[in-house]
Amino acid sequence: MRSEALIWAAVAAIMGFLFIPIVIIIAYAFSAAPIPSWPITSFALHWFSDTWNDDEIRQALALSVEVAALATISAILLGTLAAMAVARMKSAAKEVVSFIAVLPIALPGILTGMALASYFAFWGLNLSYWTIVAGHATFCIVIVYNNVIARLRRMPRSLTEASADLGADAFLTFRRVQLPMMASAIGAGALLAFALSFDEVIVTTFTAGAQNTLPLWIFGAIRLGQKLPEVNVVVFAIILFTAVPVLLAQKLIGESGRVAR
Amino acid sequence: MQTAKQPIVQLEGVAKSYGGAVALAQLDLTVYAGEFFTLLGPSGSGKTTTLRLIAGFERPDTGRIMLDGEDVANRPPFERAVNTVFQDYALFPHLTLIENVAYGLRAKKMPKAQAHEEAEKALAAVQLADYGGRKPTQLSGGQRQRVALARAMVNKPRVLLLDEPLGALDLKLRHRMQIELKRLQHETGITFIYVTHDQDEALSMSDRIAVFSKGRIEQIGTAFDLYERPASVFVADFVGSSNLLGGDTLLRPEKIQLLPAGSTAPEGFEAGEGILREATYLGAVTRYQVALADGTLLHVMESNTRPVGERLRLAAGDTVLAAWPRDAARKIGN
Repeated sequence: MRSEALIWAAVAAIMGFLFIPIVIIIAYAFSAAPIPSWPITSFALHWFSDTWNDDEIRQALALSVEVAALATISAILLGTLAAMAVARMKSAAKEVVSFIAVLPIALPGILTGMALASYFAFWGLNLSYWTIVAGHATFCIVIVYNNVIARLRRMPRSLTEASADLGADAFLTFRRVQLPMMASAIGAGALLAFALSFDEVIVTTFTAGAQNTLPLWIFGAIRLGQKLPEVNVVVFAIILFTAVPVLLAQKLIGESGRVAR
Repeated sequence: MQTAKQPIVQLEGVAKSYGGAVALAQLDLTVYAGEFFTLLGPSGSGKTTTLRLIAGFERPDTGRIMLDGEDVANRPPFERAVNTVFQDYALFPHLTLIENVAYGLRAKKMPKAQAHEEAEKALAAVQLADYGGRKPTQLSGGQRQRVALARAMVNKPRVLLLDEPLGALDLKLRHRMQIELKRLQHETGITFIYVTHDQDEALSMSDRIAVFSKGRIEQIGTAFDLYERPASVFVADFVGSSNLLGGDTLLRPEKIQLLPAGSTAPEGFEAGEGILREATYLGAVTRYQVALADGTLLHVMESNTRPVGERLRLAAGDTVLAAWPRDAARKIGN
């Protein structure tokens, strides 16, 4: 009994460590004070409407959503194609290419960011909307790739052979067998990629020009000590907003565990 | 068996290696229309590679693969009039049974309603009439096996390729499916090429059998040929159990009789005295091991046909006379 109590105490401590800061920031979003402090003395909701009406924040949000959407779309295309290509390779080449493909996510973001920044500079490309998209795509592709390749590994080769055997050419086999079987893995990868892009700071710092994504705006606001109540509201919104795709992705991955043989 | 034998599948000088490892060495093989032809051999002997070459999943390094008089060696699987029943069934998990079975018809642009109607009939033919709406995961192994069969046969292929289709089933079900397969083959007249490592299955189902070993065909013949007149020691040993006398003379265990020590062998029999090492009662038969005076260990199998009281009662350690008709022992290769 004693050891069980200890385990529960440890669980509570870890959960507290992870979530108490988040709970506090959510609580701050409802505080009336212009500089949040503990304990909260009076509550107000007007920070929500203030935040919503702040043009800077609106632009940052729009940019974040657009960048995440574009990075995710390119990740779906390139990540899926890369996974299908690697899945067809023979063992030796497969190991090497597989390692190179997942490298971008293993590299520290600061390396990716610096490398991209100097690469863009080398070609005389101005930092812009598109350089942010390209920067985010580097790790988004890996997320989709990883999900799809895991699915393809569990998919017996005989399924595509059976399709060909029954008279379907490569395109029909892709459309009727491979794509439906990869769909939930692609979906899960895309949702995770979107969430990852949406709150990315480091690579974005190096690849954004004058633009502010939402995380960059938060970062700047905190550093300058300005608009702190609005930051709290934004963070609260982001928590809600990113929790949805992550939970959905979890569910999709869970379902894919039940691949019939 | 047929009056006019018409070749339907011909392999001529077909060879296949995988990165230096020879899977098939210069294979020649002719299968006639309407035959139940079995490729028999241990794993890694090249039988599955041969099947995959005919299906089109592999391309041969050299040689021709003739299907109905046309060389298809370089055609993809979807341009060959053959269908395959896979060892793991390879049913599409995201499709219903009807959609699975109709897949080949739909790939050939048959209208959906008609394809589903044909698929219904094919499912009914394998006793799964009311299962069309289910997914493969909802079926037992035996049911999946029958869906795989229906999915292949609904396309009315010239040749049906079966890759150890009963390997995953339990013994009882396997025997039932063996009979079922023979019936389907007989009714449809489709040529079956059947891969198995199970010699009982091969002997009981096939019109002819090709025995594979190390990428080569050791012998092609009927069950009778392989059992009674094996062309090599490998075939003699792989098909049925055997005694090899002097390294090259085959004597099947059931052709040997055991007599009490001191009796004389019947006319035309060869005999040798020995010591009974082991007697194993197996119900229908009893298996013995006899060590002859010259050290040869002889496997003997006797049917328990005589009434219990009249049977010779033997125990390990007894001295016995093992006797066999002179022409029952035959030199391999003759």
